[in-house]
Amino acid sequence: MASKVSTDALFDALGDGTRRAILEQLRGGPLPVVEITRRLPVGRPAVSQHLKVLKAVGLVTAQQDGTRRRYRIEPAGITAVRAWLDGLWDQALEAYKAAVESDNR
Amino acid sequence: MTPSVRKSVTVEADQQRAFEVFTARHGTWWPSTYHIGTSDFQIAVIEPFAGGRWFERGVDGTEADWGKVLVWEPPERLVLAWQITPDFQFDPDLVTEIEVRFEPIGVNQTRVDLEHRHFDRFGTRADEMRAIFDSGGVPGAPQGWAGILREFAAVVIASER
Repeated sequence: MASKVSTDALFDALGDGTRRAILEQLRGGPLPVVEITRRLPVGRPAVSQHLKVLKAVGLVTAQQDGTRRRYRIEPAGITAVRAWLDGLWDQALEAYKAAVESDNR
Repeated sequence: MTPSVRKSVTVEADQQRAFEVFTARHGTWWPSTYHIGTSDFQIAVIEPFAGGRWFERGVDGTEADWGKVLVWEPPERLVLAWQITPDFQFDPDLVTEIEVRFEPIGVNQTRVDLEHRHFDRFGTRADEMRAIFDSGGVPGAPQGWAGILREFAAVVIASER
């Protein structure tokens, strides 16, 4: 329950075929958007949009490499830890808010 | 870099009280299922000074460290070190940071912004995490933890086919 929100976000991110295809391409090492686009039957704006979603849930990260950005897969372990802590803070802050406001009565 | 976890909550209280409940009364609101000690959770404590401990005490009186206070600036700002590894051990060499800012936004309203950062520092544990995935969880670890690892592992494996 605590990790519901972030787990859902993770599943949503992985629930899309194009995004899984992007991850598949990145398994061989970091790539720039241009190269990912070349390998897939979708346009560059779509690839950028999908990368944004993958990045938001911590599945990929971007690194500046000279004049261009390259994307790489984040190790699954770190992503899971992050998702778990994301859920923890949701639950903790909700309880904190309730504690502060119960004082008002 | 792995993105930070960022959260915001607005509470109906002035800045002073918002800070006080977060710290001095930490033990009254921390979700009791999130703990690492071997005995049942009784209370969590943030000692009120830079360098202070952040720890839990179990019902049998034993204490388990979670981290420490890095910055103590009441009533505006607090930085804690979270030093718990993915396999639920306290590790003094691991320092991830939680910064909490308390900003007054009205007569009796405070916005609390929390950022938990430096996830890349969990990185050296990535191999261990793999092992945990493979074994399907950590024996004795909180349900949410083992649960998300299993679910996550299942999705990752499915997406890799």
